[in-house]
This record gives sequence, C-alpha cells and structure tokens, in this order.
Amino acid sequence: MSSSVIRQLKGRAVPVRGNDIDTDRIIPARFMKTVSFDSLGQHVFHDVRRDPQGKPTGHPFDDPRHAGAVILLANRNFGCGSSREHAPQALAAWGIRAVVAESFAEIFAGNCTAIGIPAVEVEAADAEALLRLAETRPETDLDLDLEALRLQAGGKSYPVRMPEARRKVFLIGSWDTMGLLLEGRSEIAAVAARLPYLAEFPYPRG
Amino acid sequence: MGKNLLDKVWDLHTVRRLPSGEDQLFIGLHLVHEVTSPQAFAMLEARGIGVLHPKRTFATADHIIPTDSSSRPFADRLAEEMMRALEANAARYGIRFFGPGSGLQGIVHVIGPELGLSQPGLTIACGDSHTSTHGALGAIAFGIGTSQVRDVLATQTLSLARPKVRRIEVRGRLRAGVYAKDVILGIIASLGVNGGLGHAYEYGGQAVEAMSMEERLTICNMSIEGGARVGYINPDQTTFAYLQGRPFAPHDGQWEKAVRFWRGVASDPDATYDDRFVLEADRLQPMVAWGINPGQAAGVEEKLPLPGERPAAERETLEKAYAHTGFTPGAPVAGTRVDVAFIGSCTNGRLSDLREAARVARGRKVAGRVRALVVPGSQRVADAAQAEGLDQVFREAGFQWRLPGCSMCLGMNPDVLVGEEVCASSSNRNFIGRQGSPRGRTLLMSPAMVAAAAIAGQVTDVREVLS
Repeated sequence: MSSSVIRQLKGRAVPVRGNDIDTDRIIPARFMKTVSFDSLGQHVFHDVRRDPQGKPTGHPFDDPRHAGAVILLANRNFGCGSSREHAPQALAAWGIRAVVAESFAEIFAGNCTAIGIPAVEVEAADAEALLRLAETRPETDLDLDLEALRLQAGGKSYPVRMPEARRKVFLIGSWDTMGLLLEGRSEIAAVAARLPYLAEFPYPRG
Repeated sequence: MGKNLLDKVWDLHTVRRLPSGEDQLFIGLHLVHEVTSPQAFAMLEARGIGVLHPKRTFATADHIIPTDSSSRPFADRLAEEMMRALEANAARYGIRFFGPGSGLQGIVHVIGPELGLSQPGLTIACGDSHTSTHGALGAIAFGIGTSQVRDVLATQTLSLARPKVRRIEVRGRLRAGVYAKDVILGIIASLGVNGGLGHAYEYGGQAVEAMSMEERLTICNMSIEGGARVGYINPDQTTFAYLQGRPFAPHDGQWEKAVRFWRGVASDPDATYDDRFVLEADRLQPMVAWGINPGQAAGVEEKLPLPGERPAAERETLEKAYAHTGFTPGAPVAGTRVDVAFIGSCTNGRLSDLREAARVARGRKVAGRVRALVVPGSQRVADAAQAEGLDQVFREAGFQWRLPGCSMCLGMNPDVLVGEEVCASSSNRNFIGRQGSPRGRTLLMSPAMVAAAAIAGQVTDVREVLS
C-alpha cells in the first residue's frame, strides 16, 4: 500500500463493545503462523465469533446488518497486548478503514497508522451514543473528518481526538513512513557517526 | 535542571524532526524473530531495498519452535515455512541468526541481554511487545509492528513521538518468597492495564536497586502489560557487572570507554519526570493474576474481588473475567485448582527463575493430575541449569524438562492448553485464548509460586512451602 492523503472517511459502523479488547482476541496467535498477511481476514475475532462447538455466536462481525461497515466502534484500551500488526491487518482485510474508541493501546494505534487506518478517540458518553446508534440504526453512515476532528452521525456531531503528529500523518499522506525515513539518509549517517557504541565500541564478532 | 535517561537517549538518537512532528529516531539494535519479520522482508524485496545496518540486526527463532524435539522439518508445516523464511532472509541480508544449531538460540528477550547485545544507552526495537524487557539494562527498548520492522531494516530508524516519563519508586525491601514478578504485578494492579498509555516507566528505589539484572528484566518485561511501551532502569554497577565478559559486550580495550558512556546516560539526580508513583515493597505478598488481563491480580492471601465493590470502570471487565474463568467472586485465591504448570517465557525463563522454582521442587512431587513443564528461556540458560543439575531436580519432581522457546506463553507451537484447563504460568499474559485454548484459563505468578502450585495441585502460598 502506498501512502495517500486521508482527510475524510464515510461509511457504516460495526459496534464491538467492551474494554481492554486485546490483540489475542482480535487475532488469536495460532492464526499468525503464516509468512504473509493474506489469510488473516477470515480469522478476525475468531474465538468470539464461534462457541466451543463452532456455532456462530452472533458477533457483530457476522451480523448481516453490519456487512460492509468500514468504521469499528469500541470502548477503552482497544488493541492492548502484543505488537502484532496482524491485528489491524486482520481488521483491514475484513473491511475496516477506521477505528473509533474511547482509547487505544499505543502500539496498536501506531500499527493502524502504519497501514493507513486512522484510530481516533471519543469521550466515553459519545462512544456509548455511537455504539447505540450503530446497534439500533446500523444503516446510518458515520462521517469522520480528520481535518475538523469531528464525527457526524445521525444528525449529531461528535468531537474526536488523536495525537497531532498522527493526524498530520494522514493529512499530509505520510503514514507509509519508509519513503519519508529514507529521505533522511545523510542525517542517519551523521547520527551513526556520533554514536559511541558504533564509533568507539562496536559489537565484537561474538 | 537534570535530564532523565529517556530524554538523554532520545536526544542522542534523534535524526531529525519529521513534517508530522514525530521524531525520526535511530535504532541501535534491531532484534528479529520468525513471526513478525517475514512480511517486512517481503515488503523490502518488493521495493528493492536492502538492510541498512545488518551488523546491528540479529535474529533468533522462538515463538513457533517445538520444545519436545529439535528435528527438522517441524511437524507443523506452517512453522517450518516460517523458520525457512527467517533462515533465508537472514542469509540473504547478512544478518547473524542464532538458530537451534548455534547453541545460542532462545527467546529474543532472553538472548539479547545474555549475549551482551542489549546495552545501556541504546535504542532497541523488535517486532514484539515485550521488547520493553531490554530497558532493564538502561536502554530505551520498545515493541514495533511489522511495517516498522520494515522501516528499521531499511533505514535503521523509526518515526516516533517521544513518550512522557513516569518514575516508579519501589521503596523498602521485598520479603522472602516475594519476587520481581510480584512487584510488577503489584504495579500493574495499582496503575491499571492502560495506566501507562503515552508513558515510559522508569523503575527505581531501594527494592529495584537491590535487584539482580535478571529480576530487573522481569520487571521491565511486563511494562507493556501496564500500557507502557517502554520501561527502563538506570544503569549501575549491577548492570556493568552483568555485562562484563558477555560475548557481544565491549572487550578489554573498550570497556572503560563504554562504562563512561553508560554512566552518562543514567538519569541525573535532579532529573524531572512527568509523573511519579510509589509502591511499598515490604507490603507486597505473592501475587496471582487470576482474570483475563494482568491487572486483575490479587495477593495469595486475598479473596477474588466482588464486582459490586470495585470502581464502575473495572466492573465490565471483571464480569467478563468471571464469565470466562468460572471462578467465584469472593473465593480465596489460594486453593484454586490447577491442571497445568508452566515455568518459562521471556518474563521468567532465566537461570535465577529456574533456581527459585527448583528450590521449591527439590525433593517434592508434582500432583498426580498436573501437567508440568519447565522451558528454559535459551540454550545458554538450559546449559547453565543442566550444569547445576536443575534439570534433574525438576525431572525427579515430575516436571518435563523441555528445549528453549516461547512454549506455553502463547498458542503458536505445540505446547497449548486443552479445553478448560487452568494453568499456573510464569508468563506475562492471561488474555482469553492466550495459551492456545479459547476456553483455557491462565493464572500468572512467579516461577516459585508456579512450582508450589504444581506440587499442591492448587494455588498455594510459596512462603508456606519454603518455610
């Protein structure tokens, strides 16, 4: 995926209630035995979408009313746990393009950013209102505006937050960081030259 | 006004300010393993870019490694494919790979410190959230995602925002039978699993200063379980003594220069912090994280919490925890039945952990129905433990002595829970499904407490066993 400017995002939402939804819940480790990200979409939220007998549990990701949703709604500390980028990759493969929650685990939010998925925060009361809206009127479009830091839905406007640097990354289209980092080649070499552990006591052969 | 270690190390490694306002930060050591790297190498290949600093990049295999047999190909075709990808990528880009045949293989967060790769004043990145472990040596170390692994491979840098720093002061002395694991579980239980968001944790105080390097590694390892991506301890004489003579530590001619640099990165006595927290060590008792996140922990003398008596913000996750575990609110923690015991992981798979567990296991027997595993964190740990006869102590007590790897910490290899088994585990996460069974239950505790639980067949206060 190459970097592009992301200012706005509009679409339906899928509500995933609960605090501290961890990355093992989003994509259980056993499905990470792969050298690509291609197969992850089918396993997203695997263990909470089926009961021990394999029967569907009625998880929002299986609810036909939320098919085609692009915004995931959640509560506090969403994505806590491991650093696996497999978690946002699995959500993206299902169709998620943005995540709106009360708060995020830091590595998860960074991993979302790295693949072009804005992770924005809302107040707890607004999260509740949005979750309820998506549950009762799933056909409603949510309109996320990163420039204005607003989310419009069901005739209401909600303020959203994200770290300013992270917001800029979307507004200037530099979320795919590698190209940008490569541009700093000469400065990278200058830092390497001044680091004592590279210049004065590098690793012996071991 | 003095500076803290984070600010010193950050300033030293800042390449430039990026248009977003984040910093481009140089990474002094990049550790790579088989799970989060293959896609990153594929992205490099797709863009025709090489690895900028292969001599600052080291690889090992740990997550998918079977611990009962080292024979190749692995029985699991997918695991074999991941292993081959790592071997091929390391060979292709000139990266030193500590494979099973090297005698140096092990869990990435065990081998970095024990080989002397992790040093004070470095920035260290690895595609694994428990990279915070290496902060015990006075490094700024953090977990990254796969796109960032790609960035480090290609540029030896990352785009990052500087975190705030919270000083966590652990005062007093730990009582016998109370370990570093209990300290970090106590901190997370106090500050919450998201209490560290946006922060690095600097651990200090009398109890931390008195700790060995291996105990400090346990503390920093679980920083991320408290929401802090980075956790570190200022380098001191314990740090330098630990590093001296290790294979990748500076040798004689360079040692003095290195120590001078390392001393200089420690937080100044008058350093400022964004926040402070104090924990009284002498009040701590052995902890058990019984719920579905590591913050849901209680002392072994305590009872499981009543949701109605806890703050509203905790209630929802507490109710979920009871729904999953089937435990009874208000029931005593001690006496909880245990089916499996796991001693190992990047949190507690080092020699001193195995020694403490062996003290408990020596001359005793694992309860009949308990499946008990000891999995050394690395081949060097295994060798050292065997040289002391610890493997024999464990075997005679009825534990299985396994080959090094992540094992039962996460369900990516054949060591998994079955059905609703309850596991006393010295690992770091008790998330639902973490140990491979969607209905399995995990009780996090110190290695000595796990050994005591294995022998009693239930959660037991290790202090009673040792006294």
